Amino acid sequence: MTLFIEQCLNGLQFGLLLFLLAAGLTLVFGIMDLVNLAHGSLYMLGAYFAATFAAWTGSFVLGAVLAILATLLVGMALEVIAMRRLYGRDHLDHVLGTFGLILFFDELVRLIWGPGGLSLPVPPWLDRSIEILPGIQYSAYRFAIIVVTLAVAAFLYVLVMRTRVGMLIRAGASNREMVGALGVNIKLLYTLVFGLGAALAGLAGMIQAPILTVQIGMGENILILAFVITVIGGIGSIRGAFVAALLVGFIDTLGRAFFPQILVELLGRQAGSTAAPALSSMMIYILMAVILVVKPQGLFAANSR
Amino acid sequence: MKPALTFRHLVIAALLVGLTLLPLYVALTGDRFMLTLFTRIVILAMAAVSLNLILGYGGMMSFGHAAYLGLGGYTTAILSFEGVHGGFVQWPAALAVSALFALVVGALSLRTRGVYFIMITLAFAQMAYYLASGMARYGGDDGLSLETRSTFGDLMDLSNKTTFYYVCLVLLFASILLVWRLTNSRFGMVLQGVRSNETRMSAIGYPAFRYRLTGFVIAGTLCGLAGALIANHTDFVSPSMMFWTRSGDLIVMVVLGGMGTLFGPVFGALALLFLEQFLPHFISFVVRPINPAGAAKAGEYWQLVLGPLLLVIVLFARGGIDGLLAMLSDKLGRKVRP
Repeated sequence: MTLFIEQCLNGLQFGLLLFLLAAGLTLVFGIMDLVNLAHGSLYMLGAYFAATFAAWTGSFVLGAVLAILATLLVGMALEVIAMRRLYGRDHLDHVLGTFGLILFFDELVRLIWGPGGLSLPVPPWLDRSIEILPGIQYSAYRFAIIVVTLAVAAFLYVLVMRTRVGMLIRAGASNREMVGALGVNIKLLYTLVFGLGAALAGLAGMIQAPILTVQIGMGENILILAFVITVIGGIGSIRGAFVAALLVGFIDTLGRAFFPQILVELLGRQAGSTAAPALSSMMIYILMAVILVVKPQGLFAANSR
Repeated sequence: MKPALTFRHLVIAALLVGLTLLPLYVALTGDRFMLTLFTRIVILAMAAVSLNLILGYGGMMSFGHAAYLGLGGYTTAILSFEGVHGGFVQWPAALAVSALFALVVGALSLRTRGVYFIMITLAFAQMAYYLASGMARYGGDDGLSLETRSTFGDLMDLSNKTTFYYVCLVLLFASILLVWRLTNSRFGMVLQGVRSNETRMSAIGYPAFRYRLTGFVIAGTLCGLAGALIANHTDFVSPSMMFWTRSGDLIVMVVLGGMGTLFGPVFGALALLFLEQFLPHFISFVVRPINPAGAAKAGEYWQLVLGPLLLVIVLFARGGIDGLLAMLSDKLGRKVRP
């Protein structure tokens, strides 16, 4: 039972982390209609920045803040230099162009930080376990992730649903041309939205840095998961991304933890232990295929396009 | 009137003759490396030709085409591992497995459009990737080596590099011929009609879904054959050949060469692999006068150039290499007229 609760918390933590990535992706997707494969590169940059700045300043929190600011700036610069020219072209162009950017960023990171990975130690004040429920110990760092990401999700909700900028973002998602025609500085809005998405990706990378090693190509696997979430949730819908991220986080974590045992029970030791690793990695993609077959527009389609 | 023999035709003819005569060059110079490189180019060109059928002519933006390379390769390698070395069994099996996978994937994904289609084809390719990583008996993540290449009795010996090159080349030419015949047939016309305007084609009474699905399966099957070849070429298969960035490479080849053109994918495969191979040397060469000590090192960072180059091609040269050749043909038209 303890193990189950712990794995549920891990699932929640992973889901919320994926939400950070998927939220940026779905915003960019929904508003600029841009398929951005380079989103994973921004996640990678966030992790590298965090490791570097934390080592420079000697403070984890200061390093984190600087890393998020840095990815925000990189994101905005990227939008102005490259992404802006891709809007309004077809998705194939987006895929190709941003695929080129992945190569560029991977190589740039190798040039600056070298081929070996970096590591970012968990700060001492979070490097312990706390008793979150009577009798249940949980890593303080992971618990902090849950708290921070929930706060960011709440912030995003308020930003998108309760502020003027959020209103423009939502309007942009449903009809871009109309928003531009009404005299909104759409270029600036796009740059801001892209920067916001980049900062969220950077935050996600910074959060993962102490758990995984910081290395080149770390964004490429998780990018696909974030895309899966965006698509399951319905492109452009932040609410959909939130639900889908939690769904994927739970299924992936619990699946990896308990699915092998279930398979062994069902199929016997030999067949079960052979099939388990492949099947538990595939589960999310199977989920996505099933959802898209039943609802080709995702769970919460934001726009009819 | 357009001249019958344009500059573009001359370049294509030169390409075909060059590919055919390559082993002669290798025999004269003893440059075995070129033969290996070109075998790879020819095989990947075949995969790109198959992707071009659905991407260029069919307008289906499949982002999981490398899965068929992997499936064809793994079918060959697994049969070989289990003691079946005959190519007459292995290759048809590779074709059948890829066709079946394409049928299932196509039937499910062609219900979606746009980005959803891109993502669902990607998802299926990832499933194949994880399936291969999970097969502990067949090497899992580490991949699987082939003991011997596919055997064809006394007919031919694939372990002879020149023979193998010609087998690949003949199959490439056959695929191009197939795509040419297909796209000029009634089937191909309908497929291109559906690409341009699905609603209209449906209104005239063509079942768009079935035409799309047929195209999708043909492309997948063809790519499966390329997979069987590449397993024979490297004597090795691993899950990484199905990773999504490999599918990205195939798309790059098609677009770089020119989408929806017969020979575009061949140019694209040639160009991408040449860039991969020679861009590092070129960068070193350019950097050398400025900084002799760092020249060799600078060459290692060739992707720093390739990435933005792709972006520039996307932004400014939509027609790819074939489009460039067509443009040159128009300019040179009068001079080359026979």
